[in-house]
Amino acid sequence: MDLSAINPVLLIASLMVAATPLLLAAIGELVVEKSGVLNLGVEGMMIIGAIAGFAITVESGSPFLGFIASAIAGALLSLLFVLLTQYAQANQVASGLALTLFGLGLSALLGQGYVGVKPPQMGKLDLPVLSDLPVVGPILFSHDPILYFAIALTAGVWAVLKYTRAGLILRAVGENHEAAHALGYKVLKIRIMAIMFGGACAGMGGAYISLIRVPQWTEGMTAGIGWIALALVVFASWKPWRALLGAYLFGGVTVVQLNLQAAGVAIPVEYLAMSPYLITILVLVILSADKSSAPASLGKNFHASR
Amino acid sequence: MKLTNLLTSAAVALGLASGAHAADTKVGFVYVGPVGDGGWTYEHDKGRQAVEAHFGDAVETVYVESVPEGPDAERVMTQMALEGADLIFTTSFGYMDPTINVAKKFPNVKFEHATGYKTAENVSVYSARFYEGRAVQGTIAGHMTDSNVIGYIGSYPIPEVIRGINSAYIHAKKVNPDVEFKIVWAYTWFDPAKEADAAKVLIEQGADVILQHTDSTAPQAAAQNAGNVITFGQASDMSEYGPKPRVSSIIDDWAPYYITRTQAVIDGSWATSNTWDGIGAGMVGIGEISSAVPADVKEAALAMKAALADGSYHAFTGPITKQDGSVWLAEGETADDGTLAGMNFYVEGIEGDIPQ
Repeated sequence: MDLSAINPVLLIASLMVAATPLLLAAIGELVVEKSGVLNLGVEGMMIIGAIAGFAITVESGSPFLGFIASAIAGALLSLLFVLLTQYAQANQVASGLALTLFGLGLSALLGQGYVGVKPPQMGKLDLPVLSDLPVVGPILFSHDPILYFAIALTAGVWAVLKYTRAGLILRAVGENHEAAHALGYKVLKIRIMAIMFGGACAGMGGAYISLIRVPQWTEGMTAGIGWIALALVVFASWKPWRALLGAYLFGGVTVVQLNLQAAGVAIPVEYLAMSPYLITILVLVILSADKSSAPASLGKNFHASR
Repeated sequence: MKLTNLLTSAAVALGLASGAHAADTKVGFVYVGPVGDGGWTYEHDKGRQAVEAHFGDAVETVYVESVPEGPDAERVMTQMALEGADLIFTTSFGYMDPTINVAKKFPNVKFEHATGYKTAENVSVYSARFYEGRAVQGTIAGHMTDSNVIGYIGSYPIPEVIRGINSAYIHAKKVNPDVEFKIVWAYTWFDPAKEADAAKVLIEQGADVILQHTDSTAPQAAAQNAGNVITFGQASDMSEYGPKPRVSSIIDDWAPYYITRTQAVIDGSWATSNTWDGIGAGMVGIGEISSAVPADVKEAALAMKAALADGSYHAFTGPITKQDGSVWLAEGETADDGTLAGMNFYVEGIEGDIPQ
């Protein structure tokens, strides 16, 4: 065992990178579920975002444009879900699953020409003095902008949901769409915007994997992160800061366990490999003892005629 | 109603039409990852395409990709058998028991399981001696490392992966006595993000050579980003990452085997077999050694490859001691296939335990 081989500064820096795709997808889905819609298509929207962001970055040379494209692509794919569930009144669970399958297939088709291509890198934040500080510099001040964006987005979503009228309306729609409708709020319109926001976030999360975390394009490269994001929203009791905590825990323990393995720590590898799931669930379940519950209209379709 | 009738009859007509041209033999493939993984599954799918190209209309192939190892695999195989497949290739170690179970239910369908060891009346096994390629890799890695730390990304602790680790270690150690292996188990065959994380962790902990036994090209991308690190293509050439970080590769070539076995089914001469071919038979190929490797190292690697190919050298030749200090092979003794097939121990010098 050689724990000194682990560099804690690099470790924390890389766990933040590992957590960001999960955080982006989870925050998007959190808003969707808060509006009373269950979209299981996160994985599909992520992978579409991953290839769209990758392709646009390679073609334009700008990772920034790539991320914008990934958000647009994710939102566009979510429109298919809107069409199915909000207009055609289809079952949300089945439509979400279909969206994932469709996204995986379509991304494989779109990605044919991009296997093995190296994307241009996104510049890292480089603040004079601050980025050069020992310990704090590499951890806090030298990441890519998207990582900070994800944290800012969490704060933004939290503030909007908690303190603004828009957030109150969104929650009202999610808790009781009949009542919200009776009060004159446009339930469908609000839900459609929430779903598109969720799609855009998932798309960016996918692009973060293909452009920064790996960075390359491979078919099916999200490999289940979308599903973990879905679970995370539930375990985080639909609260943004808990989603952030959960994402960082999950990403963190994943990276820590790989570090411990490489350093040869005498803990059986099976336990290390399962630890990200166990620890994340455990911590969030303990936190959710305050009985915060799901939005009451979650997963129920709404039609104004009822 | 009329429309439905029309559609139904159209579908029937189409069905009949395709029925008239239907191939006599149907071959199914079950893949563990997507066909575009750029590694393991990609090569199996190239084998499938070779079967199509070779037999033309006489053989129809079907495949299902990204099938999890477990009960779901059984469902996919059953479905294939019910749809009339005559021969089914199941291409991952974890499909071993599902293959045996489904084979029992369909005695007339032939099954071929890759990298496993359980056979039956209608189940053959086939694998490639990847460890021969690992011997060549180890030789290059041992010469090329400056930090003397070689990182190894394992998938699951199964004999095939452990053989690879041992073979790479023995041959790296042979040319560089100071070499040390850091092994990380990813517990997945295909998860690019996790594979990239594992590669980054190993690089952060000082490795300047990354060997992988997972299926995607993600570790190559991570190494490329890190800079002064070399890697080897796994299962496929991965030449898009050459000349550096990817300096060479182990390539699986399944096409000849798939064609031979399909022919055997057509001829009715198919029988249970246990195929394990290496560099000599062409099932394992060594990808071009890139310009990033010095000439003398390249020469040593090619000499190793030649010796393995003509059988004058066995990758596990004694004296070799096990990790626990007991003697495995005496001076000049070579390993038998039985021990290799079930290998569950590290050789002396590798640190850490194999997860059980």
